[in-house]
Amino acid sequence: MSAKREMKLRRMPMPKQPPEKRIRNFEEVALGYMPEQAIAEAKRCLQCPKPFCKLGCPVWIDIPAFIDAIKQQNFDKAAEILRDKNNLPAITGRVCPQEDQCEKVCVLSKAGDPIAIGALERFVADYELKRGLKIPSVAKKTGKRVAVVGSGPAGLTVAGDLAKLGHDATIFEALHIPGGVLVYGIPEFRLPKEIVRAEVNYVKSLGVKIETNMIIGRITTIDELFENGFDAAFIGTGAGSPRFMGILGESLNGIYSANEFLVRAVLMKAYRFPEFDTPLKVGKRVGVIGGGNVAMDAARTALRLGSENVTVVYRRSETELPARLEEVKNAKEEGIEFRMLTNPVRFLGNDAGWVQKMECLRMQLGPPDESGRRRPIPIEDSNFTIEVDTAIVAIGQEPNPLIRQTTSNLQTDEEGYIIVDENFSTSKKGVWAGGDIVPGEATVIQAMGAGKRAAQDIDRYLRDQA
Amino acid sequence: MRIDDKGERIPLTISKSNPEEGTITVVCQEVGKTTRQLGMLREGDEVLDLVGPLGRPSEILKFGTVVIVGGGVGTAEAYPEACALKKAGNKIITIIGARSKDLLILEKEMEEVSDQIYIATDDGSKGHHGFVTDILVRLIEAHVKIDRVVAIGPTAMMRRVADITRPHQIKTTVSLNPIMLDATGMCGVCRVVVGGETKFACSDGPAFDAHLVDFNLLTARQRIYLEEEKSSLQKFEKRGQNLR
Repeated sequence: MSAKREMKLRRMPMPKQPPEKRIRNFEEVALGYMPEQAIAEAKRCLQCPKPFCKLGCPVWIDIPAFIDAIKQQNFDKAAEILRDKNNLPAITGRVCPQEDQCEKVCVLSKAGDPIAIGALERFVADYELKRGLKIPSVAKKTGKRVAVVGSGPAGLTVAGDLAKLGHDATIFEALHIPGGVLVYGIPEFRLPKEIVRAEVNYVKSLGVKIETNMIIGRITTIDELFENGFDAAFIGTGAGSPRFMGILGESLNGIYSANEFLVRAVLMKAYRFPEFDTPLKVGKRVGVIGGGNVAMDAARTALRLGSENVTVVYRRSETELPARLEEVKNAKEEGIEFRMLTNPVRFLGNDAGWVQKMECLRMQLGPPDESGRRRPIPIEDSNFTIEVDTAIVAIGQEPNPLIRQTTSNLQTDEEGYIIVDENFSTSKKGVWAGGDIVPGEATVIQAMGAGKRAAQDIDRYLRDQA
Repeated sequence: MRIDDKGERIPLTISKSNPEEGTITVVCQEVGKTTRQLGMLREGDEVLDLVGPLGRPSEILKFGTVVIVGGGVGTAEAYPEACALKKAGNKIITIIGARSKDLLILEKEMEEVSDQIYIATDDGSKGHHGFVTDILVRLIEAHVKIDRVVAIGPTAMMRRVADITRPHQIKTTVSLNPIMLDATGMCGVCRVVVGGETKFACSDGPAFDAHLVDFNLLTARQRIYLEEEKSSLQKFEKRGQNLR
């Protein structure tokens, strides 16, 4: 194979902090392309007449067009194309599972590596942030007011899009900083908070108002928001309530929900204790239960906080790991151990109530379950123990009940998720919902896709009303 | 409440509110760095973040005779409950206590809202020399008809109240104070076991049936960050001395 053809097949590698260095800091792992690297990568794009990548994007970015602009070295134009559809490109360029979306359907992947669409998106977005954001022109004010509950990816997207369409959007955020999972969940080394701040400021520059420390369902309710003059509402509160396994010893000291662990480390910056007031106790031997992105984030955070040994325990096999491939790879490079087909059955502690051991069962895979993945089946009498002084339970979340308990005529399913139609409209007139509070798993970008679709539907609804 | 941009989120109880003036009254004891900082604030100073009220409202019904037991700073939380229960038509017997008389709070306010009031101090500087629970035992032994007990104070006190009322089957509620972080139901650090079920004190509580609470677990979990709490306070005080 010629060197030139070889180059065409292989993507430009993402520059990264070396593992031995990055496990000692919280700085970003991936460093981003230099301009010449981005241009070289963009040149690999075939500019397909019928681009599949575009169909794979939940927020409908004109991917071939922005890549072509990079190739032409017109980064301003590339940025404009991205912003046209995506309010948060510096975020999605970092955390989107591109390998399951746009990059999965890239024609190049048949013979070699798909175009590094995510890395290129990040390059353009970072260029734009460095240059300074231009405030786009927004449509004429309609005088319609929309309440958005939650300032995570779904809420920021729906509010930003509605503002662009001329509506008055106010986001109510329960925590003290806007961003939702982007600020309390995804660690600094994967998504610097400075980037989130910049993207939130962009959304604000569109005219969106953000009120922090506002818990809808306690301080006021959705119904009261309508009484106070809002014409529509979007619920993007996230799932919110941590799931535990319900096994013996789960409340021993040293056992965290992933939410607690990450809220301390990421939102409250416990890694800088005592400069920051919130502490986080991490031991030498950490067990992380679960196989998603949150489990990877927790494991890698524990490592950076000084743990000597971090083991991820997952009940299915590596093929079924729901985490992004890239993050599993990063975790392995950093020395995180993986124990697949393993499921904890109880925790054992010392007299003072601190966890010491995690008793597990080995599993084998049976026929596929309702999720389509092979079902894990315990192997009898295969019990063994892993010594841990810290355990992090990262097996997902359940919906926080506050909104459903305090909102009239809002239909939820038996698990408490809000039921929506294809436009993310709920059973309650004038109310939409999206992200982790509706059934089905949602990534950052899927939540944004929901926000986008909902914004269009809300716009239609408000204009019909006028 | 979060005092500044490096501060932790701490749970505090609103003991009075005045919607017309837009004010709330919060009482806290200076035990750690943040509460020490709060104690240093002067009139007109600001805190960065405040969110609430959170948690479930207390159950306020006409029970008959209610004994309110308030220990230490817990009295601040017991006070609004005593007022509401009084307004609902209950006879209120209050027992408040502290380590010594200087640490007694809201004595006058409590007296005004109560039909009877008893005071206990650990050092005997005022009222009964001993614990609030001694008085509760005495009331029960004297066959005072008690329909309900509400106990708010240190965990050891609430546990003792639960132990006293359990054999007499007097329905008792306690207001639990585990470690909290976001206090919106998101993190689960405040999990407590009540009647064998895991509950979040921040969103399911703070009030629970005292006879069903696993106090051993609560006590152990309250100790998780003792070392850090101590070192943070020491560092803060040292810095204060250096500045002086």
